Amino acid sequence: MKKVKADPKGVLTGAHYLDGDFAIAEGGLAAGCRFFAGYPITPSTETAERFAERIPYVGGVFIQMEDEIASILALIGASWAGVKSMTVTSGPGFSLMMENIGLACMMEVPLVIANVQRGGPSTGLPTLTGQGDMMQVKWGSHGDYEIIALSPDSPQECFDLTIKAFNLSEMYRVPAFIMTDECVGHMHEKVVIPPAEEIEVVNRKMYEGPKDKYLPYKPDKDHVPFMVKAGDGYRFHTTGLTHDERGYPVINAECQDWCVRHLVDKIRKNAHKIIEYKEDGMDGAEIVVVSYGITSRVAVKAIQDARKAGIKVGSLRLITVWPFPEERIKELAKKIKAFVVPEINLGQIRREVERCAFGQAPAIGVPHCGGWVHNPDDILRAIKEAAK
Amino acid sequence: MKEEDRLEERNPMEEFLRMDRMPHIWCPGCGLGTVVASFAAALRKSQVDLNKVAIVSGIGCTGRVAGYVKLDSFHTTHGRPVPFATGLKLANPELKVVVFSGDGDIVGIGGNHFIHAARRNMDILVICVNNFNYAMTGGQVAATTPIQANLSTAPYGNFEYPFNLPYLADACGAIYVARWTSLHLRRVTKSIQEALAKKGFSFIEVITPCVTLYARRNRLGDGLNLLKYYYENSEIQHGADTRTLDIDFQGKIIVGKFIDKEKPTFFECMNTHLKKVLGDKYRPYYGE
Repeated sequence: MKKVKADPKGVLTGAHYLDGDFAIAEGGLAAGCRFFAGYPITPSTETAERFAERIPYVGGVFIQMEDEIASILALIGASWAGVKSMTVTSGPGFSLMMENIGLACMMEVPLVIANVQRGGPSTGLPTLTGQGDMMQVKWGSHGDYEIIALSPDSPQECFDLTIKAFNLSEMYRVPAFIMTDECVGHMHEKVVIPPAEEIEVVNRKMYEGPKDKYLPYKPDKDHVPFMVKAGDGYRFHTTGLTHDERGYPVINAECQDWCVRHLVDKIRKNAHKIIEYKEDGMDGAEIVVVSYGITSRVAVKAIQDARKAGIKVGSLRLITVWPFPEERIKELAKKIKAFVVPEINLGQIRREVERCAFGQAPAIGVPHCGGWVHNPDDILRAIKEAAK
Repeated sequence: MKEEDRLEERNPMEEFLRMDRMPHIWCPGCGLGTVVASFAAALRKSQVDLNKVAIVSGIGCTGRVAGYVKLDSFHTTHGRPVPFATGLKLANPELKVVVFSGDGDIVGIGGNHFIHAARRNMDILVICVNNFNYAMTGGQVAATTPIQANLSTAPYGNFEYPFNLPYLADACGAIYVARWTSLHLRRVTKSIQEALAKKGFSFIEVITPCVTLYARRNRLGDGLNLLKYYYENSEIQHGADTRTLDIDFQGKIIVGKFIDKEKPTFFECMNTHLKKVLGDKYRPYYGE
């Protein structure tokens, strides 16, 4: 892993008035992304449009593929050529990508996918918000694997977290996801893009030993194997099949155990370094509101109102949704009365909180099927109920 | 045995193969080994820098080719080698990218990617090994199965119209289109050599015997019988109208080079166009 300053070519330093979708494109460019393959889908299309418009001035490739399956495959190919790559999509497109998100995990390829969530299932609500893909991003492809998912709550965070997603993706050779939603994607706010020298960018660890000794899947001390790029003379092999350190297929239970545990361990054993969350008012809190993305902004109002009503409420806002801050929830569960989990789905992260609380504190959901954000009063009501 | 005596036993294409993965999984009588040997011979004759050639396969019997060839080699998912190759090529235009996969992979599940890569004139070479069925999964009907042929999911014989692959590639804009059988070893080699030297979307169909499934189920004999069938029924017609290249069950197979033309590639079109529109502000991606 190599930490460097951002390439100024991609950094549009200054204060801008941008929507979240645009900010994702700018974050990608600032992080050094020079390859974008995508397919138009509401409400994420603006990211692709922005990238298409900007990339000729930066130096890179934008290609509109024939579908989302082709888009993610092009990303995997480009990433193997050594170029940072990203795409953006929403519900139906995300579903189409699932098989090959598994391929990216299996081949251990760094790339970034932004999902500007809309209401589902199926075509659902193309133009209206949702947070219904939070479990899909974790479990959507078949088999056991781990990914990293971040959830921005503003255009500024769309910019910042896209850079962070690229950095984590390069660090751990794993696909990283920006799990935002239609509201944040289409919300215009001030976005400050710092000078390039203030942006820290991580590049993947490249192997530099003898050419015939390279093992694409031999884990290093940090569990992450070294990478090379196509065309550099390593003449390596990689496959979606269960493989050994050489990348050669080995079809038996023993190799499967080694291969799959490695994919999972490299994230789980580094989870403490990856996880980020923001807390507020935790001292003496009886109720903790766990929220992420747009819902955490709505929750602020409910939390303020609850505090005015004399309830001791803390806020735990997830920046990293996956890996999940399991230890923190476990710790809090011992001290507090209850968790309240508002989200624009029928309780996906609520169940995760409940699992991590091990029965020490209940996790009360404030479910919403999507189409709009919560009414803060609904969250307030749940807080009051929990405090009883 | 002394080392110098062993030399005789070595595979003449060893430098192109991953010998540590031998023996391969293909059946006796299968045509895949022949096509891979032709590919290796073409690489040798072309004298291309092997470090700059990448091979991408999908899933299926032919999908295993990437695993046996000693190049930067990518074994991807079913139907998806073409978009993978697209990303690889665009991100590093110095690479010669070859997609080596089967008929089910390229024009069945991956048909949409195939037509769009041809339309864009993506600078890749697609070698499609056509054995008229899905062999890895046990011999099911394919988009290339001739009418009447019997397969496990067409137990009473196939009644679907099959694709004429050279016509499909031609119609979508391929700049090089050829068809051979695995009997035409030297011609396959020559075609691959020619296509490696071309810029743009090139397509070579190679018809091969599937002895274990297609031939057995249709009582066509062994590998030798199928090669005899190719010998007696294939007819070289260079430049033939691609609309006329349908294959009937055990019927005539028109082979040859049908299309060989020049056209700017996707990458060239992108650079030329953006340079024209944006002038000096355009920052070309590669080779700055």
